[in-house]
Amino acid sequence: MATQHSRSAARLMMAPAVVLLLGWMLVPLTMTLYFSFKKYLPMRGDSLANGLDWVGFANYARFVTSSSFWPSVYATLVIVGGVLVITVILGIFLALLLDQPMWGQGVVRILVIAPFFVMPTVSGLVWKNMFMDPVNGFFAHVWRSVGAEPIEWLSQASLPSLILIVSWQWLPFATLILLTAFQSLDQEQLEAAEMDGARWPQRFVFIVLPHLSRAITVVLLIQTIFLLSIFAEIFVTTQGSFGTKTLTYLIYQRVLESQNVGLGSAGGVYAIILANIVAIFLMRIVGKNLDA
Amino acid sequence: MGQIQLNQVSKSFGSVEVIPPLDLTIEDGEFVVFVGPSGCGKSTLLRLIAGLEDVTEGHVTIDGQDATEVVPAKRGLAMVFQSYALYPHMSVRKNIAFPLRMAGLDKAQQDKSVAQAAEVLNLTDYLDRRPGQLSGGQRQRVAIGRAIVREPAAFLFDEPLSNLDAALRVGMRLEISELHKRLKTTMIYVTHDQVEAMTMADKIVVLQAGVIEQVGSPLELYQRPRNTFVAGFIGSPKMNLIQGPGADKYGAATIGIRPEHIDINEEEGLWHGTVGVSEHLGSDTFFHVQCNASHEPLTVRATGEMALEYGAEVHLTPRTEHLHKFDAKGLRME
Repeated sequence: MATQHSRSAARLMMAPAVVLLLGWMLVPLTMTLYFSFKKYLPMRGDSLANGLDWVGFANYARFVTSSSFWPSVYATLVIVGGVLVITVILGIFLALLLDQPMWGQGVVRILVIAPFFVMPTVSGLVWKNMFMDPVNGFFAHVWRSVGAEPIEWLSQASLPSLILIVSWQWLPFATLILLTAFQSLDQEQLEAAEMDGARWPQRFVFIVLPHLSRAITVVLLIQTIFLLSIFAEIFVTTQGSFGTKTLTYLIYQRVLESQNVGLGSAGGVYAIILANIVAIFLMRIVGKNLDA
Repeated sequence: MGQIQLNQVSKSFGSVEVIPPLDLTIEDGEFVVFVGPSGCGKSTLLRLIAGLEDVTEGHVTIDGQDATEVVPAKRGLAMVFQSYALYPHMSVRKNIAFPLRMAGLDKAQQDKSVAQAAEVLNLTDYLDRRPGQLSGGQRQRVAIGRAIVREPAAFLFDEPLSNLDAALRVGMRLEISELHKRLKTTMIYVTHDQVEAMTMADKIVVLQAGVIEQVGSPLELYQRPRNTFVAGFIGSPKMNLIQGPGADKYGAATIGIRPEHIDINEEEGLWHGTVGVSEHLGSDTFFHVQCNASHEPLTVRATGEMALEYGAEVHLTPRTEHLHKFDAKGLRME
């Protein structure tokens, strides 16, 4: 269908967008790489104008040998993993419910999706002050009403609290994607399985779940990419204390709190590598699932 | 065994009654075809028998047992869907074995039944493929295979051939008829195509708007249609239905005459008219003739060799012994 002419015209017309996107990615990447090999402490008088000292891999070595490094990797993995598990399982459940015909379906669906529209900073603050505050929070009232000692959520159960906040934000996304997958399931397949003697749990395992597998992979992939970089929720709640310092937050602290641009950049490069490992890993799963 | 009885079965969706109460008996081993125009309730009727829809009133009896409240899986019926409804993520082998797996049969028995079914349906070479890698006809056979392994009391087919191309449809029609002769199991087959109904059925049930218009063997329906609807629906090309003065002469409100029961020649006859379009099929030729007996053009069959120009003057003579007479309500007059 495409002639030689229309193909080259298409390439020409796509070129500006491709160049822009490439530059958008390459400039920060190159600068991060550049800074990661330099000693750059703006508070001590280092500046680009005066020239920066080359330090080789010292920043990289220092970043991983720091006592905060492994705990931050652990915190990142726990948060990402926890949120993925909760959103996928609850997402399937919610999508299943929303797929049932009911009164006010449209309104209910919009309400379910609503948390996704709340900005991370806002939702972090709302959860921290209105729900998890040990004195005035909603949970504190609930606990006191049954005579229990209120939990100091963000210090005593900091990681679960963060997972709860982030899951609340991402559940609508998972639900939405899974709901559309539910709706694309051929009802005749379910009826055929019913005639074949499959009871509801068997129909779910043998027909519905395989049908959802593609959507679940998409949810896992997209959420992982975004969850690796969550920041605002931590910033407005625990500020990285009580073991909630993720890799992203650690890099922020190195650059802005310790004012060590070189060290933070080296951390950034580690984060890029980590994200790419995850991405390649997931791409292969997705690729396998999308082919079928 | 596979005798199915419907007693005063009716179905309403909300306040809309799609099937007024009807009675029907399907004998063991019969090939019954439900035929009717789109939206006449034939698929709904099949789904009522399958148990995929609840009956609003009345009773469904299978082999003498009241099955009205029995879940679909326990009715001992197997269904082949219009979309085939194969499980896309399972191999052909697993698709066919699925009902057995759900019934809790052990692996060896499953393999044996699958191998048998595959043998019957020429699917042995395709057992490890996915449905997506098969052609339409092969998918159809997998769907039938999945039904066969259950050894059901009756097979239910819901327009199974409508997704196939014309040539394949003729082939599959033969295969299903062949299968019925071999298995001798009751089959209920839903279609809107009267050719399928005529060629395959032991008994045809003609439906219109949820009402059974006539039940009978294909030839019975062809030779003695009970009313004008059946007369016009069964047979291809359609029966010529003539109203007005042409019919009055025979003392009927409507007369019907099939295209093969009209003699055509250029010299003399009872009616005269002009030839419109002629369709040459090789074996037969069908002429559409605008004649003085009817407002609508009449379809006339002649031998394949006969050729008439567009606009030629011709004479037509109906064979009176094959004339069907209907009264003002459209019912057959004896």
